[in-house]
Amino acid sequence: MKCYELIVIGAGPAGLSAAIEAAKRGMSVVVYDENSKPGGQLFKQIHKFFGSKEHHAKVRGFRIGEELLEEASKQCVKVVLNATVIGIFPEKEVTVKIEDHVEHVKGDTILIATGASENMVTFPGWTLPGVIGAGAAQTMMNLHGILPGERVLMLGTGNVGLVVSFQLLQAGCEVVALADAAPRVGGYGVHAAKVARCGVPFYLSHTIISAEGNDHVTGVTIGEVDSNWQIIPNSEKHFDVDTICLAVGLSPMSKLCDMAGCEMEDSPAKAGFVPKVNEYGETSVSGIYAAGDVSGIEEASSAMIEGRIAGIAAAAKLGYITEEEGKKQITEQEEALNGLRQGMFAPGMRGQKITTTEEGIAISENLLSHGYVSDEEIDRFPGVTHKSGIHPVIECTQNIPCNPCQDACKMHCIKVGEHITSLPQVDPVGKCTGCGMCVASCSGQAIFLLNEDCGDGTAEITMPYEFLPLPEIGDKGTAWSRKGEPVCKAEVVSVKSIKAYDKTNLLTIKVPKEFAMKARFFRKEVLV
Amino acid sequence: MRINEHPILGEYEKGKIIKFTFDGKELEGCEGEPIAMALKNAGVMVHRYTKKEHKPRGIFCAIGRCTDCVMVVNGKPNVRTCITPLEAGMEVRTQHGVSAE
Repeated sequence: MKCYELIVIGAGPAGLSAAIEAAKRGMSVVVYDENSKPGGQLFKQIHKFFGSKEHHAKVRGFRIGEELLEEASKQCVKVVLNATVIGIFPEKEVTVKIEDHVEHVKGDTILIATGASENMVTFPGWTLPGVIGAGAAQTMMNLHGILPGERVLMLGTGNVGLVVSFQLLQAGCEVVALADAAPRVGGYGVHAAKVARCGVPFYLSHTIISAEGNDHVTGVTIGEVDSNWQIIPNSEKHFDVDTICLAVGLSPMSKLCDMAGCEMEDSPAKAGFVPKVNEYGETSVSGIYAAGDVSGIEEASSAMIEGRIAGIAAAAKLGYITEEEGKKQITEQEEALNGLRQGMFAPGMRGQKITTTEEGIAISENLLSHGYVSDEEIDRFPGVTHKSGIHPVIECTQNIPCNPCQDACKMHCIKVGEHITSLPQVDPVGKCTGCGMCVASCSGQAIFLLNEDCGDGTAEITMPYEFLPLPEIGDKGTAWSRKGEPVCKAEVVSVKSIKAYDKTNLLTIKVPKEFAMKARFFRKEVLV
Repeated sequence: MRINEHPILGEYEKGKIIKFTFDGKELEGCEGEPIAMALKNAGVMVHRYTKKEHKPRGIFCAIGRCTDCVMVVNGKPNVRTCITPLEAGMEVRTQHGVSAE
């Protein structure tokens, strides 16, 4: 029987990170993954990640995946693909199914990093072809270049529902609506806002009544729910769609932990049935660790750090580093992890209603109920200031752990400060050069450059633009509001795409100056 | 339908165009892509009908977990088409219950 010092189950962000740290410290490591490619779900994530530099903020998920694979190959980590771990037995014996045979291997330590699976909801017609998981939509369009559908309804306004809706728009689908039975948008407001301004309506307190079609989906009916989740009569709305996407949460895939005899708990804060782990990710079974979504649903960024912690802890356990060194190295990782676990969306905040920001500013209620900050609300946030000449307007209204905008501005016009979740502030006397780095580096696409009065009755607005076809200078069309409604005529005056923007193009439009604080998106069709 | 050019991903790296059959009808797909993707591109939505109630099923999770998309491939039933790479000349058939027709 082959023996390894660390057996990692799952080659996603947590598993690969652990393997890298363990191998770096001299351990013999093997990683098993049931898929044909490593990286877990990272390669489907085409949006820029949140956080700060140490969390790979403003880097797109698939690029982080590429970096991880490179790091793993540099450390000569052995990754075995198409290999399904089917059992963990006493004395850390592991059985792996590879093609048609089963191999037995033994580990001194084991890391379970099996991730999560998508939750589902049932309704009449939910088994029809055309009803798919949001993850399936990502797999189709971002990995294989196949359009999941032409007209899509998304159920769920958590980050997955919001991010995938935007990605569907980027791929060229029409998203007819976002629905969620909850009364408030569950994901980041900035993710909601970038979908809303494209004209996608949000139906909060709405759920799917039925999907229609004989052999595949041809339509969907949603209805409003009351406080007991019952459909309110005559609130039905019908949409002709060919695809219904379900983004109703994730559940840890923790069966192997249970099988290995780890003490388990049912934890709402961790979104499911998870192994109890200590600060190093070690379960109740000495030498068996769990990291990433399997031990509590979070982001890929935190999964990577949890993985690194477990890898270092395993190395300390086997004596590759001293206990003291291990503790020191883990403390550094824990600080990075704590940075991500701050703010309104921290794991401990699940289900809590927040009414004010950390700064004491009233939350945008419209953002929570309709997906966009209203014209009346936007001016109260510290990133939104007015002055003559070009300047950034930062429509960042919730405390999320993210600060690339601060580093992006070489003129130091933008300040988040020491607390990573603080709302960005714009220096009123800062000398903005209009370089656009802040616009391109905002993972939430919430920064705009404004010249509110060009002197000829017009204003210029620079916005992030990640769609095709890319408009050209001179194109005439329509400016859209945060609400996703056409507001005025607009002309494209500049289109910038440089490498440092990483595919976030900067589109500058000219509008009548009274629309400077209203126009936030551009479409080539002339509608007003 | 295929996405020709993506604003972030650019052009997709795909295998060469090859022919396969679906219920005897010749279709084209890209070599190495999951069978289900080639079928989706060709507009095929129904992969199988359930055994008892003969209800249609298609792609659901697209990562080999749910088994809704299984079909009969080269005579072998219960093949997860969302994770099985397409090869030239493959015979793909709609599955009825646990077998072809």
